[in-house]
Amino acid sequence: GRARPSHSEPRGRDGRGGEEEEEVEGWFQLYPGHIPTSPLQKALLAAGSAVMALYDPYRHDMVAVLGETTGCLVLPNLRDKMKNHPEGYRILQERPRIRLSTLDMARLQGLPDGSLGREYVRFLEDNKVSPDTRMPPKFVDDEELAYVIQRYREVHDLMHTLLGMPTNMLGEVVVKWFEAVQTGLPMCVLGAALGPVRLSTRKLQVLATELVPWAVRSGLNASCVLNIYYEQRWEQPVESLREELGIFPPP
Amino acid sequence: VYQVFENVAKKYDVMNDSMTLGIHRVWKDILVHKMNPCPGTLLLDVAGGTGDIAFRFINYVRSVRQRQLQRKLKNHQNLSWQEIFESYQKDKFNSLGDSQVVVCDINREMLKVGKQKAQHLGYSEGLSWVLGNAEELPFDDDKFDVYTIAFGIRNVTRIDLALQEAYRVLKPGGRFLCLEFSHVSNPLLSRLYDLYSFQVIPVLGEVIAGDWRSYQYLVESIRQFPPQEELKAMIEDAGFFKVDYENLNFGIVAIHSGFKL
Repeated sequence: GRARPSHSEPRGRDGRGGEEEEEVEGWFQLYPGHIPTSPLQKALLAAGSAVMALYDPYRHDMVAVLGETTGCLVLPNLRDKMKNHPEGYRILQERPRIRLSTLDMARLQGLPDGSLGREYVRFLEDNKVSPDTRMPPKFVDDEELAYVIQRYREVHDLMHTLLGMPTNMLGEVVVKWFEAVQTGLPMCVLGAALGPVRLSTRKLQVLATELVPWAVRSGLNASCVLNIYYEQRWEQPVESLREELGIFPPP
Repeated sequence: VYQVFENVAKKYDVMNDSMTLGIHRVWKDILVHKMNPCPGTLLLDVAGGTGDIAFRFINYVRSVRQRQLQRKLKNHQNLSWQEIFESYQKDKFNSLGDSQVVVCDINREMLKVGKQKAQHLGYSEGLSWVLGNAEELPFDDDKFDVYTIAFGIRNVTRIDLALQEAYRVLKPGGRFLCLEFSHVSNPLLSRLYDLYSFQVIPVLGEVIAGDWRSYQYLVESIRQFPPQEELKAMIEDAGFFKVDYENLNFGIVAIHSGFKL
């Protein structure tokens, strides 16, 4: 059905604490920021965001929307994979978030070289990125699945660290290939397939001959990366975590 | 409402074109043609933000002025070159014929975009940009020949106050013109229109402007706006005479007109 017109001020906030669903902004939200959408709207959003993401690569919000609207079939599988794994299950229960406010940057920087925490911070600094730029989900119509996709987004930088890939176009495409194999999210598959379009031929060669086969092999071999409670493993050496997961050493 | 338009200002024109498939340009052209301004008209365009009505007004008046000058020249066939040159000089600096338009908007961002557009398109004379509230206009009584408000009145909290203000600032004999989304009476068309509004427009808002909520608000505010007859009554209440309306596209949009006598 379509969204109901609101007869109150569009920005009215009535604090109904304790209820699962909140009626804010005239529709029922399952989580803060949720916008319920009809199947038609989701289809239009998926198509529109795909076109816009290709047209303007700086529209990261469009990539996020594409992921949310196309992920509905795959997200339940991911959630089940997490539920059936002891560490994954704990993550679903405790719902940790990777954010600058929750990370103790000073402590992570003080960790020895080669440890997950130290390398992660190094990655953030070298590429000048922050974990706070991940978009919260809007169009996922299940509160737990919304967390799963949020976790996937926040863990993305850790993927870069584990794979040793920078945030340039080439690095991002490699990580997308890995994620596509690991998660099966249509957005990753699309990104992996269409991302190379914007690369030079030289880079495409490297991509095709070395990086993608390695990423795919690692992705297939590794256990589900969402099942690792990263926040409890900062001291673990990256090498050891790679081995544990089954990621082959980067070329 | 203010925040909605702050977010929306930069992508306003792009969104208008996508949502209405460019038809909004035709609607605005029809408004200015209905106005049929002659050179020397002083127009107040309220909620005129990005300047669409103002620019059309200037174009219209310029072309009317052109024709005036051409006719004058034709009638002066037996003048000496000196006299023709002098009259040409006088009129050259008057391509608008003293017409002026004041664009008034409550939102600074919209005015900023409008000014940039004017510069970009080469409109310089006869234009002023004023920050103001339709419910309390910063102008004296009996000042303007025409008052327009295009797609702005539905965003005003107290429409009756805006109408009263419109009456106040118009000269006797002045005309009030309002272009706004209205009600579609045809049931089939109404359902299609609703489907399009609620399903497509917020999606367009999200994809083009990254802003679902503002466009959801837009669609809802259209539904809550008074229908044609009710608005006509409100305009009459403010003191206007000869109030009438013209439906465009079966009532998707309507132009209401009234005179201060």
